[in-house]
Amino acid sequence: MFWERIKHSRVWKSIFRHGYEDTKRNRVLQIRSNVFLHIHPVKIPAHAYRIRFTWCMGGMTFFLFLVEVITGAFLMFYYTPLPEQGYKDMLYLRYDVPFGVILRNVHRWAAHLMVFTVILHMLRVFLTGSYKPPREFNWVVGVVLLVVTLLLSFTGYLLPWDQLSYWAIMVATNMIGAMPFIGHEGPFSLLDKYHDIRFLILGGSEVGSNALLRFYVMHIIVLPIIGMIFMAVHFWRIRKDGKISRPL
Amino acid sequence: MKVLGWGSFFTVIGISIPATVRFLFPRVLFEKPSTFIIGNPDDFKMGISGLKVYEDWKTEQGVWIVREGSRLYALNARCTHLGCMPNYFADERIFKCPCHGSQFHSNGVNFAGPAPRPLDRLKIYINDEGMITVDRGKIYTYKDFDKKEAYLKI
Repeated sequence: MFWERIKHSRVWKSIFRHGYEDTKRNRVLQIRSNVFLHIHPVKIPAHAYRIRFTWCMGGMTFFLFLVEVITGAFLMFYYTPLPEQGYKDMLYLRYDVPFGVILRNVHRWAAHLMVFTVILHMLRVFLTGSYKPPREFNWVVGVVLLVVTLLLSFTGYLLPWDQLSYWAIMVATNMIGAMPFIGHEGPFSLLDKYHDIRFLILGGSEVGSNALLRFYVMHIIVLPIIGMIFMAVHFWRIRKDGKISRPL
Repeated sequence: MKVLGWGSFFTVIGISIPATVRFLFPRVLFEKPSTFIIGNPDDFKMGISGLKVYEDWKTEQGVWIVREGSRLYALNARCTHLGCMPNYFADERIFKCPCHGSQFHSNGVNFAGPAPRPLDRLKIYINDEGMITVDRGKIYTYKDFDKKEAYLKI
């Protein structure tokens, strides 16, 4: 049969080495030789299925992150980070790009939801005491991921370049400019408005084209990469720190 | 060899970090020049007595020109709370900030909302050609409102 011939071909076997043989050993090999499947353990304890204990909020957060990556990549085909163009592109996506409105709204609502699931995940970890040793370092990694999630929301907020986003970033960066020592309006200020932390973030003394470009670059590449690195560590450490936590 | 290897590694890292920070501070800024000319002193002498707010430069420059008696000063259209641009309501003669609801009298003094101090004023002076010029780069807070270039006598 044609299908059988393909599965016995050298090409197929070079990709899927371990076939479908249903033995314990072969199941382990199937998982361990696959880069995507090996993220998940070969065997998990029965209590890991208890969704009323785990809530699966970390998993939901990761799923929403993947949704954001995919919809975000699609949005990038139509969005230009320029003050003259950004708002128009957003309207164009909403009113004329095929499926643009659903794309933009999925990106937006998944972002809102992601902040929500991160907080629920932290709440679950806190309530079940899963932050305690030996998992204390993974809690710290999780806090970094919370900050990355919030920064992704913050940087994405400017990109529509409407009144709401413009003034929100104005307010937020003015708060940053009020930091002690490194902000030009803060206590013990050492720097003027052309050399302080706010200038570093905005790429200028006001919210302008440099700020839009900087927020865009942070949003689409820098923060997602930082997030992915810390996610890899986070998932790795679950298994190294005694697997998924269990009810006592 | 070990010293050389680690030495060059940390040298490269040590140079890269300040270089990256420096890289993020551009040498040239494509922002508006900080000074602009608003007209002759005579342009502001005529008209009603008392207090008058000129809105002509708000959209372009973010500045209100206010004449209070014989004093002319430039109000920075930047809320002293967190930097949004307030709006002037001519019928009520007050400035209101849309972000968090701060309100200011038409001379810039705050009376409601979270704003901690009156609207700041900008340097105003007569330039070499006898024109009234405003410099957005020099800001005076309320303690310095009586300083030399915080207002103009007309």
